[in-house]
Amino acid sequence: MTGPDQPGAAEAVTRAHRAEWAWVVAALARRFGDLDVAEEAAAEAFATAVERWPADGVPPNPGAWLTTTAHRKAIDRIRRESRRDEKHREARMLHDDEPAAPTGAIDDDRLRLIFTCCHPALGPETRIALTLRMVGGLTVAEIARAFLVRETAMAQRITRAKTKIKAARIPYRVPSAADLPERVSGVLAALYLIFNEGYLATGPETPPVRQELTAEAIRLARLVRSLLSADGEVAGLLALMLLTEARRTARVSASGELIALGEQDRGAWDTELIEEGHRLLVERLATGQPPGRYQLLAAINAVHTAARDVRDTGWTQIVALYDRLAHLDPSPIVALNRAVAVAELDGPDVALAAVDRLEEPLAGYHAFHATRADLLRRLGWSTDARAAYDRAIALAGNTAETAYLTRRRDQLG
Amino acid sequence: MQYLVSVIDDRTGSATPVETAAITTFNERVRADGNWVFAGGLAAPETATVIDNRGAAPVFTDGPFVETKEFIAGFWIVEAPDLDAALATAADGSRACNRRVEVRPFL
Repeated sequence: MTGPDQPGAAEAVTRAHRAEWAWVVAALARRFGDLDVAEEAAAEAFATAVERWPADGVPPNPGAWLTTTAHRKAIDRIRRESRRDEKHREARMLHDDEPAAPTGAIDDDRLRLIFTCCHPALGPETRIALTLRMVGGLTVAEIARAFLVRETAMAQRITRAKTKIKAARIPYRVPSAADLPERVSGVLAALYLIFNEGYLATGPETPPVRQELTAEAIRLARLVRSLLSADGEVAGLLALMLLTEARRTARVSASGELIALGEQDRGAWDTELIEEGHRLLVERLATGQPPGRYQLLAAINAVHTAARDVRDTGWTQIVALYDRLAHLDPSPIVALNRAVAVAELDGPDVALAAVDRLEEPLAGYHAFHATRADLLRRLGWSTDARAAYDRAIALAGNTAETAYLTRRRDQLG
Repeated sequence: MQYLVSVIDDRTGSATPVETAAITTFNERVRADGNWVFAGGLAAPETATVIDNRGAAPVFTDGPFVETKEFIAGFWIVEAPDLDAALATAADGSRACNRRVEVRPFL
């Protein structure tokens, strides 16, 4: 049978995959209480759409079509697999056919799915992989590529996580109000790691920026924001991602070299993303609630993106924001970033003294040596700067950053 | 659903009077909540004997089957509807006995 070949069908499947994947998986996870069944059935439903939509036409409601198809596939699969155990099959077929019990204002299957994938009983890397697979709909191969591991290893990690969720009975639900803030921070940490791996991709064979990962992280952050709109840190993380992403195209030169913030062509920054980021922060300010870590990081980026010329940057404000951040998170990395701003305000010698105090905890961190190298260069201490650049180059994992540091080192007199 | 909450330690029978009192209070609460199955402390690994009777005759070996610095010094078996509930109970148990604990579901 050949139907009217619809040229838009392939695009419709791609679009539906982006928009509906998390819905379909989440609805199935609730119905069957089993992420494996949910994932396999959703994948089968999308595969069926690829086959059928070009011939039959795109259904008027793709999401409903996919969910119905996936439900049928799941039931078929359970029947096939459970013939030996009739009682088990009955139990699973009847599992939670009712609408979910409301969990208050925030009741969305996708949110349950996100919290399940980011459960604290799973390792941080596993949370990221599972979120990208179950919520983001990335293939195991795509996730393995993003994190530079073999596909079989990534498949094993995801399988182990699903086994643990089932065997240890990790609940498929939004945590209680008491546990929510702590659990949200785990979700945000996973999304931020996904974003950062895209923004500063690691590996010699890896492009310096993985836009598919930054875009996915932003998409997931938007989803979480739509579901937890009252959470300031969710808004803060989304704003932080938008303000960082806004500078993406200006950040790497045509020859694949990192361009430092002060040297970027600010006309190439994405004004729409900047406006949206600023708007989110202003909304948060209006609530009068004290900002958390992501909101402060976003605010620092807001100060940077507000300056149309690097000379107009409000360094006093940035240092003040870092002081507040250091109060919440007294980590050496925050202290290092604060020192970079201090260099602009009080000079490289003051900053260098602060940076040198961080040697012990940060000796293995490329940014520590890169920052030191830059400060030493500005002070005219070429020999020390060269040694620091060498250390930074040896430790840096991002190709654009390595190229930038190498040029800087080679320009030393 | 049942979970094993193992107490991780490098000594046995080492609870202080304050810890023992806290453990008793915790035990009473788990019983009152209806989540109690069983609990107990274990003698030191040196008291263990490994038995292998897969061959012609049983072979008895002195000592534990694995040498580690830390081991299971005691355990609780608790009822919980899901891992979150088990983790909450285990967290209170860790606080009460002042040791790290490990949670594993029964099959």
